[in-house]
Amino acid sequence: MVLSHATSDSDGSVHSTFASRYVRTSLPRFKMPENSMPKEAAYQIINDELMLDGNPRLNLASFVTTWMEPECDKLIMSSINKNYVDMDEYPVTTELQNRCVNMIAHLFNAPLGETETAIGVGTVGSSEAIMLAGLAFKRTWQNKRKAEGKPVDKPNIVTGANVQVCWEKFARYFEVELKEVKLSEGYYVMDPQKAVDMVDENTICVAAILGSTLNGEFEDVKLLNDLLVEKNKETGWDTPIHVDAASGGFIAPFLYPELEWDFRLPLVKSINVSGHKYGLVYAGIGWVIWRNKENLPEDLIFHINYLGADQPTFTLNFSKGSSQIIAQYYQLIRLGHEGYTNVMENCRENMIVLKQGLEKTERFNIVSKDEGVPLVAFSLKDSSCHTEFEISDMLRRYGWIVPAYTMPPDAQHITVLRVVIREDFSRTLAERLVSDIEKVMHELDELPSRVIQKISLGEEKSEANSDNLMVTVKKSDIDIQKQRDIIKGWKKFVSDRKNKTNGIC
Amino acid sequence: MVLSHAASDSDGSIHSTFASRYVRTSLPRYKMPENSMPKEAAYQIINDELMLDGNPRLNLASFVTTWMEPECDKLIMSSINKNYVDMDEYPVTTELQNRCVNMIAHLFNAPLGETETAIGVGTVGSSEAIMLAGLAFKRTWQNKRKAEGKPVDKPNIVTGANVQVCWEKFARYFEVELKEVKLSEGYYVMDPQKAVDMVDENTICVAAILGSTLNGEFEDVKLLNDLLVEKNKETGWDTPIHVDAASGGFIAPFLYPELEWDFRLPLVKSINVSGHKYGLVYAGIGWVIWRNKEDLPEDLIFHINYLGADQPTFTLNFSKGSSQIIAQYYQLIRLGHEGYKNVMENCRENMIVLKQGLEKTERFNIVSKDEGVPLVAFSLKDSSCHTEFEISDMLRRYGWIVPAYTMPPDAQHITVLRVVIREDFSRTLAERLVSDIEKVMHELDELPSRVIHKISLGEEKSEANSDNLVVTVKKSDIDIEKQRDIIKGWKKFVSDRKNKTNGIC
Repeated sequence: MVLSHATSDSDGSVHSTFASRYVRTSLPRFKMPENSMPKEAAYQIINDELMLDGNPRLNLASFVTTWMEPECDKLIMSSINKNYVDMDEYPVTTELQNRCVNMIAHLFNAPLGETETAIGVGTVGSSEAIMLAGLAFKRTWQNKRKAEGKPVDKPNIVTGANVQVCWEKFARYFEVELKEVKLSEGYYVMDPQKAVDMVDENTICVAAILGSTLNGEFEDVKLLNDLLVEKNKETGWDTPIHVDAASGGFIAPFLYPELEWDFRLPLVKSINVSGHKYGLVYAGIGWVIWRNKENLPEDLIFHINYLGADQPTFTLNFSKGSSQIIAQYYQLIRLGHEGYTNVMENCRENMIVLKQGLEKTERFNIVSKDEGVPLVAFSLKDSSCHTEFEISDMLRRYGWIVPAYTMPPDAQHITVLRVVIREDFSRTLAERLVSDIEKVMHELDELPSRVIQKISLGEEKSEANSDNLMVTVKKSDIDIQKQRDIIKGWKKFVSDRKNKTNGIC
Repeated sequence: MVLSHAASDSDGSIHSTFASRYVRTSLPRYKMPENSMPKEAAYQIINDELMLDGNPRLNLASFVTTWMEPECDKLIMSSINKNYVDMDEYPVTTELQNRCVNMIAHLFNAPLGETETAIGVGTVGSSEAIMLAGLAFKRTWQNKRKAEGKPVDKPNIVTGANVQVCWEKFARYFEVELKEVKLSEGYYVMDPQKAVDMVDENTICVAAILGSTLNGEFEDVKLLNDLLVEKNKETGWDTPIHVDAASGGFIAPFLYPELEWDFRLPLVKSINVSGHKYGLVYAGIGWVIWRNKEDLPEDLIFHINYLGADQPTFTLNFSKGSSQIIAQYYQLIRLGHEGYKNVMENCRENMIVLKQGLEKTERFNIVSKDEGVPLVAFSLKDSSCHTEFEISDMLRRYGWIVPAYTMPPDAQHITVLRVVIREDFSRTLAERLVSDIEKVMHELDELPSRVIHKISLGEEKSEANSDNLVVTVKKSDIDIEKQRDIIKGWKKFVSDRKNKTNGIC
């Protein structure tokens, strides 16, 4: 008689994934599990939970690339196990970075001789790029001041209030004061004249943005340069300019080649651009280029010697993947000038389609301009009954992620919705989005108004201050409608807080 | 009569890749090409050039993971287009990071209550992690000193000369002085007593390394803690400890759970670990954990509000890929304690196999210890005829990348070769490496000695100083042998320079 052998509970490999015990047990959250689990179960569990993330391609909030060609995906996967910093071991990958730096430097009209190599580096994103550029300015300014015997304890940067949060990080972490030029209604970028007025002897640089995150506008870098040249003549301070071209750096050279914003302007000493925005690469790659060697203080550079040649490096991150650098090189040679121009023109065309569709509804003001980053920023003509935040919420139900946010000071009363047109946002999607927005407007028109500034409940009043909404509630006095009011008011408050504290990105 | 139609030159899509004109033209290096090229050609050209990079899995210089399971590769590829920083849009990915932070904090015995969440963050690598930890110490120290009305202009960190280059970067970029405890022959880690002696009122923290990059040794953090507790009692300075557990953080808890090095020691306030080393994830992920909220100054944290909940963030990088975070979570739940322990035990076993194989040749001294990071650091018993650099060069011909480097001061006369045992370095490979090293030793024994400290050539002498080797040569007097000598001496000199300027990594 053969003794039948039941599969033990612990022999998980026999079971199909959803028949196994692994989908019955609660997934560890705070502590590592004691035992291993089969790889298929681990894969399935994580994959399934991730289904509840948003769809990256419908994330219209982001400038960051969400689609690349399959050939490039192949290159990415095959280099996923290459640690970029091992320059000795991966000389070709290092060479590809150097080629990208040179190509981008020439794109920005860096004043290089025929055989002169460009000064620049690949970073993990524009945050790192901006910190490196800021460090270079800070050190240059310190060296200059020390040579003059003057104090170096109060460096500052002049920029617009529309800066992305990474400038605030730079200021806070590297102990530089941020002097912000306030915006005003209808003028959502840094005013060059006001910026130059704010420059003093402690200013390490003025930062202009090519492609404001708020409404895509390009700042007038040429005007800033000309005004600053005048001021430098009077003061002798020699204040330089940095251009944060995170979004605009891969747009302006192709759509607006006559626009002078780059190294053609003599005071521009460094430029950063995000490879992962309109450089058309997945998240994780940025570039910073310096005008020439003098603009990068030698004592910030670490020298690594490989294959007998000196490879100067200046980055915050050390080990990191090589995939995005290879992907950037792929895009630069695969597309070339012609291809990038085609992509940017398509984006602009689709932006016009979306804009015209919204204008046709006659419910919106368009806040963004046609020139600049291809995005559409729009606000309600009449926001007395419903707000842009509600439109944003309701669009989520259709699958679209369209952010709503308030402008920085002094234009905080303006709220906009913003749709970024990326490479993979086709005309079909643009038309569909317009039709879904129309549906949302119809739904909203049916609903009663929800805007509540203060909530009064029974005998208690709520107190709202800038950090805390205290709602004191006597349960017996509250009926269903009031409970709903509380919830709506709370939601609106939380959204408001979100957009006060959220660095605009 | 039908006019025959020859395919035009510009219609590249019909040609097979290697028949097309694209493989005939020189690839652009300094400037973007004007025109696009087909994606297959772009892929092939880049892929082919990358064949000349080293094979990541044979790169025995690196601690960074070079192999993951296919299921994990699938997860990585499917999340390659998710920008991690979009927490609103990808709440599950953000949650996975939080779970990893908690799991790692518990692994390090952070003193957390049952439902208390850990304080920590995922970074791009240990460099960013160390900069964040250092920033926290600097700000804490500044706040304390300002409250006491004392100057804050000269912060310093005490660490061993065996630190990885990112500490030097931190020191230079964030304007903190690095006070290094020198090594000595036979003692290649930081001496706790000497470290504590160096602590003064300006010391923001003492940094201990769990898993020195030079020889894998774990520093005695417990002794450091006990000595520093004593000194703090005398001075009242309250100097804290940071543990750089980049390599050791995922080894010690599994192989040496009794070793007290983490938050069990009261003065340890923060720990960093590289997810991409023995966390078994590809390059691009690190973790930093703080003991509790008090150790992370509030003014360094940026608050982003998502889904109505506060998500505090403290990172240098902003946009980055999500893949490595998801991969880390995969490994933590897929392997669990059991799996990690198995992997580390395998690594240690294979390290013993390699070490014993090398000992059997009777040509080497083993510089690394059995306890610590599984690596074998060895030097020649007799380096009068040939050096470790030559062995390193000749191993390359067999495909192995084994680095050779000199120790930092004051042990610069010691040169070692180092083989890191990673998860994917099986016993078969260990045995093959031993046999190839034996072959290399035989080849070297056949060759004449090449070590030259000074090169005299005809009537000219060369002058070697610490930055420049000037070799003046009169061609007519040189025969082939001397030319070879020049080349070998130059190579050795360049290698020496490499290892003086190369941050040990």
